[in-house]
Amino acid sequence: MANQDVDTGRRRFLTVTTAVVGGAGAIMAAVPFISSWQPSARAELAGAPTTESIGKLEPGQRLTVTWRGQPVFIIRRTPQQLELLASPNDRLKDFDSANPEQQPEYAKNSYRSVKPEYLVLVGLCTHLGCVPLFKPEVQAEPFDADWKGGFYCPCHNSRFDLAGRVYQGVPAPTNLKVPPYRFVDDSTLIIGVDPQGAA
Amino acid sequence: MINRLVAVAFVALAAFASAPASAAGGAALLESNVNLKDQASLQRGAALYMNYCAGCHSLGYQRYSRTAKDLGLSEDQVMSYLNFTGAKFGEHMLSAMDPGDGEAWFGKAPPDLSLVARAKPGGPDWTYTFLKSFYVDETRPAGWNNTVLVGSSMPNVLWNLQGIQRPVYGEAQGGSAAPVSGFELAPQGSQSPAEFDRTIRDISAFLAYVGEPAALKREAYGVWVILFLAVFTLLAWLLKTEYWRDVH
Amino acid sequence: MSSMINRTVENVTQWVDDRAPGLKGAYNKHIGQYYTPKNFNIWYYFGSLALLVLVNQIVTGIWLTMNYKPSAAEAFASVEYIMRDVPWGWLIRYMHSTGASLFFVVVYLHMFRGLIYGSSQKPRELVWVIGVAIFLVLMAEAFLGYVLPWGQMSYHGAQVIINLFGAVPFIGNELTEWIRGDYLVSDATLNRFFALHVIALPLVLLLLVVLHLGALHEVGSNNPDGVDIKKMKGPDGKPLDGIPFHPYYTVKDLFGAGVFLTIAAFIVFFAPTFGDLFLEYDNFVPANPMVTPDHIKPVWYFTPYYAMLRAVPDKLFGVIVMGGAVLILFLLPWLDRSSVRSIRYRGPLTKLLITIFVVAFISLAWLGLQPGSEMQTLMARIFTVYYFAFFLLMPLWSQWDSTRAVPERVTTHD
Repeated sequence: MANQDVDTGRRRFLTVTTAVVGGAGAIMAAVPFISSWQPSARAELAGAPTTESIGKLEPGQRLTVTWRGQPVFIIRRTPQQLELLASPNDRLKDFDSANPEQQPEYAKNSYRSVKPEYLVLVGLCTHLGCVPLFKPEVQAEPFDADWKGGFYCPCHNSRFDLAGRVYQGVPAPTNLKVPPYRFVDDSTLIIGVDPQGAA
Repeated sequence: MINRLVAVAFVALAAFASAPASAAGGAALLESNVNLKDQASLQRGAALYMNYCAGCHSLGYQRYSRTAKDLGLSEDQVMSYLNFTGAKFGEHMLSAMDPGDGEAWFGKAPPDLSLVARAKPGGPDWTYTFLKSFYVDETRPAGWNNTVLVGSSMPNVLWNLQGIQRPVYGEAQGGSAAPVSGFELAPQGSQSPAEFDRTIRDISAFLAYVGEPAALKREAYGVWVILFLAVFTLLAWLLKTEYWRDVH
Repeated sequence: MSSMINRTVENVTQWVDDRAPGLKGAYNKHIGQYYTPKNFNIWYYFGSLALLVLVNQIVTGIWLTMNYKPSAAEAFASVEYIMRDVPWGWLIRYMHSTGASLFFVVVYLHMFRGLIYGSSQKPRELVWVIGVAIFLVLMAEAFLGYVLPWGQMSYHGAQVIINLFGAVPFIGNELTEWIRGDYLVSDATLNRFFALHVIALPLVLLLLVVLHLGALHEVGSNNPDGVDIKKMKGPDGKPLDGIPFHPYYTVKDLFGAGVFLTIAAFIVFFAPTFGDLFLEYDNFVPANPMVTPDHIKPVWYFTPYYAMLRAVPDKLFGVIVMGGAVLILFLLPWLDRSSVRSIRYRGPLTKLLITIFVVAFISLAWLGLQPGSEMQTLMARIFTVYYFAFFLLMPLWSQWDSTRAVPERVTTHD
């Protein structure tokens, strides 16, 4: 090559500019590919809110429905159960539902629900995902001599009270999750959307 | 010289790629002049489709929710004015007709129309010409025939808007029957010919949209992408020229 | 700041080099110190563009596989799912379908370069042979890919091509049944075509591309003048007419990529079906074994060979002619007996014959797209005969033609 003065400044400027613009282009080109992993319209339909009728639910009964492929418990608590929940229980890990991941703001109360009478919970143990058993009777149980009613997970013995709050000394780290839900009227729930105007 | 030849070949190829379309019967298609950017046209087309066509023809790949989003309609509007089957908002726009019944009643189940605008050369021009080309034919089971789809079992569902179209026959060629060379409209329906043209234009626009919903945005994205690439290519050219100063 | 980046890069490079010394040598051999002729013209962009398109097909192909369902019941719907429900799925699909057609545009132009500049002559016969093998695998890969959307053309096109194998004497029927995995083109066929298209042939293609580049780099690139640049070396032992691939050709190919991507983007965003050529109308109708499309035709890049097949009235002979038209390309290094590589130094006969060859090939492509008529069949026969005569008589005409003296140095130098 003939010797000519190489304008290294211009060379470096053009190289850097082209590299930066090219890099920006590469990132922009990556966006569609990465976005394509987001839930598709079909997944969104399958995961859409479901409307559940609770008109026939008796006090003390549990209804299990499906939302986003998960079991959701709808429990109509009796007045006695609600009384029990009102009294303090120092055997719980998170009595005040301080962990914001486990329930929406409108379920951050002593009943962990919109209306005290109806409890809505995602029916998966927060340890490793088994479906806990519904044990509402207040009686001595093999897993707890002083059982006040709630949920018992047979996989690794985690226990939750009748508001889904987790007991101390069990492997599950957090309270059972409350999904977003709202009442359409007294006998109809929609699971998957927050109440209008709620946080 | 070779370069010039190859250039000519490419131009010829490009010209061929944009050749005008004609209907299967050889008759030229009318120009539909659909405008996918005209949202009002698409909305009218959606309503017309659901009223006149959806009873028999599914749009099995098109969701109500997508129609709402693309046509600027609310969920309530779509569920009230477009959804007659009780399907959920996110579900596909299926016809209520059972395919088995369709086959029994018409001899052939009415086909799904999600992709009709992409499957026929001319796209919306085809659907437009088809909807305009029904004529009375006593020899057919439904009483109608169509010059675009000869022997079609479909009745003219838009007859009360268009009116009754009767065939005008041309010269018979050789031993075959006289072809239909035109139509006369008697009596006119509830719409004037101009109004009817707008009706079938709207339906054709809606079907063109359903064939490829992404087309609404595709070209707009394309402008930005090509602008970016032009800038990048210019920079790359400057970079190349700068380095190639070294080379003699 | 930039000197810190430089030092870091140097340190990392040194660390790797201490532990894998061959890598630096390989980089230098193939890129950093690969001396390339300085007179490359527009015809020399298509090799790197082919690599770019290959990367595009692999990346978009992988992403399509994330949502495509390879069963007869679900395939067509899964493609519409990608087009409508998967975020940006439509763009990924169009990039893949446009890339497939552009792959053949690029590859045909790349092969044409080899023809006009004598790139298949000694010592590059192996580069050419591997290249033709890539072409063959690419055709198979494209055919398999086109079946996957399971539209009318996918199905009936597969039917026709597989039935060609029925022409093989004695074992024809068993062979077609074995290919199909069934008594008709069905789910079994689709599923195995999916496996071949997605993993088997891409691996073969990648291997062949590596061998193609390796064989090229062993002997060095040809150039538009056909001059052997290694004959004239400077005091530093480097070819006088050579320049290191990096930065000169990396930078030039980057520009070429920019132009190509701009054209590709125009097609993807404004004309993805390209009339009926890149995505055919009939393929927007789900496969129906009971209904044959009015006009079965392969995608445009196969139509030259399809025209030859149809031109021959006999089924077995037609298949032999069609296959022979591709296989004869393997023989080019031995058919071309000219003492001169590049068309620039050959006589008017070569220029005329190659021009007619281009016209014949493009005409055959156009004819293959048409429904067919008596006149068209006659034209196809004439062009097919010319195609074979061009190659079979090449040992004669390549020697008969006059030549000019090839210079010692390339024609663009100080």
